Amino acid sequence: MKQSLIIDFFPIQKILMIKEGFMNPKGPKLLTTGLFSKKTDTETILNSVSQGIVILDTDLNVVFFNTAAESVTGGLYSTSKGIPCRYFLRCALCTPECPLKKNGELNGKQIETDILNSNRQKVPVKITFSNIRDENSNLQGYILLITDIRNSEKQSSQERENYTFSSIIGKSSEMEKVYRLLPVLAQSDASILITGETGTGKDLLAEELHKASERAGGPFIKVNCGALPETLLESELFGHTKGAFTGAVENKPGRFKLAHNGTLFLTEIGDLPLTLQVKLLTFLDDKVVYPLGSTKGFQADVRMIAATHRDLEEMVRQGKFRQDLLFRLNVARIHLPPLREREDDIFLLLNHFLQQFNSALNKNISGFSPEAKKILLEYKYMGNIREIRNIMEYAANVCQRQEIDIVDLPAHIIPKQSETYTPETTNQTETKVSKETPETDFSSFSDIEKKLIIDALIKSGGNKSKASDILGWGRTTLWRKMRKYEIG
Amino acid sequence: MINKIIIPISGNEISPRFDQATEVIIFYLEKNETKPEEKIIVLPQASADKLCHMILTEGIKTLICCGIEDEFYQYLNWKKIKIIENVAGPYKKAVELFLEGKLNNGDILMKRKIEGIELNEV
Repeated sequence: MKQSLIIDFFPIQKILMIKEGFMNPKGPKLLTTGLFSKKTDTETILNSVSQGIVILDTDLNVVFFNTAAESVTGGLYSTSKGIPCRYFLRCALCTPECPLKKNGELNGKQIETDILNSNRQKVPVKITFSNIRDENSNLQGYILLITDIRNSEKQSSQERENYTFSSIIGKSSEMEKVYRLLPVLAQSDASILITGETGTGKDLLAEELHKASERAGGPFIKVNCGALPETLLESELFGHTKGAFTGAVENKPGRFKLAHNGTLFLTEIGDLPLTLQVKLLTFLDDKVVYPLGSTKGFQADVRMIAATHRDLEEMVRQGKFRQDLLFRLNVARIHLPPLREREDDIFLLLNHFLQQFNSALNKNISGFSPEAKKILLEYKYMGNIREIRNIMEYAANVCQRQEIDIVDLPAHIIPKQSETYTPETTNQTETKVSKETPETDFSSFSDIEKKLIIDALIKSGGNKSKASDILGWGRTTLWRKMRKYEIG
Repeated sequence: MINKIIIPISGNEISPRFDQATEVIIFYLEKNETKPEEKIIVLPQASADKLCHMILTEGIKTLICCGIEDEFYQYLNWKKIKIIENVAGPYKKAVELFLEGKLNNGDILMKRKIEGIELNEV
């Protein structure tokens, strides 16, 4: 049986297709004429396409599907040729009535929906409908182009309209510069130095660089150079052999060895003692680690990422950091801008953390009141993203309504003027609020708590039992907090 | 003891998806009877949760369906409902085969056709 078909799907270069063997599910291949002088094996061409392609007849029975379509649906039936499309795709659009039957004319239209695959999972897809016509423009069937949008949907649900590099969020021009660099640097094996103020996301960036690199399957080992005393840090980084020093009762592999075939992230590299800087320098030169007390070296294949909030150039000038180490670490440098230089991102981050805490706390907070939004946008986040996150965690916990209002915000971020803050006075207070240097008193909650305890103790005449009753706490809690605030 | 079988349907066929069905048919089969009684229930809207609830409150023993989401499959399985899934075609044929003990997961109970012509080989 032979019949020629024209597919609207390729409007410029119309392809004449000869259907052969469709009546036999295991029949000859789908062949095309009109492209080359000889018939072309269209089935192979369609199977090489990464999107799912399903060809239906006018009764919406499956005529052909490529391997991508089979993998999206999960290859449900041993052979699906000739079965109704609704049982093949099991798409949410199929019921109560297929849009192709209802509208007829869906040519070129795209619809987002979901299909239920053979693993009983809903797969979000985008389906593009196209008509297949014969030489006389009579409808012969349909082509459905199916795009699996699982990954893109995951991204868009995380952050809808921004630019991201995995879990890093921001759409400001400063961040765009960083995004442009990241994929290239992730793929290279060069040492990277990440600089930026505290809370700008240096650790997160290092982890994302590792995940996007070819070493993603290997370990990601993080060492805080400022957290350990010099002697311990040396043993931690390079390891030691049994008996190397008092207390070295066993051989210990260092972090360099643990990070073999992966990434070693040295955070707070500016705090690395000078003696260890020399040892690190030696490693960067010959990539061999010598554990303490050992003469036998270990060839470690490690990528180095270092981060610091300190000005290393200034430290070099002061003689606190070795210049040659800086040169070796500084193969590629990424500077993460502070939040005050990427004001466009503040609202994006506020929304991101609001969503995050909404789902974590099982709340349904839709947004911010105009007053709260204004305060949040004008506050200078000296603690950068970490501070924004903490503020949103507090607000999401305290908020009992649909919107975060001023009362839900931590007291220390609210400017003094806003005690009488109303939408009507917005214009008057606007300049004042923006010029106000925000308070950076992070212990205001502690101050309030301390004051409450003192008040309760005064009221109870120093009786701790009565004071704890007034506060609604147990005696032990009161005692613990009094110790914490050094009261009495 | 009555054996109750439920099938989410769309017209005369099994609904392609459990969560999209707006109609169900319940077959009641008395012991020693061969012909079951049937009752069609039209649902106000498609909802897998409500269907699960109905299955449990009606004391259904068997669910015959096509596609079902894993969450609901596992839940009903845990509630000891026998599930025959991925069955495509007319529901009447599905029940007939079930009563004969011949219905299996993934059965296609219809003739495969392309352009109205039956496929001669499966």
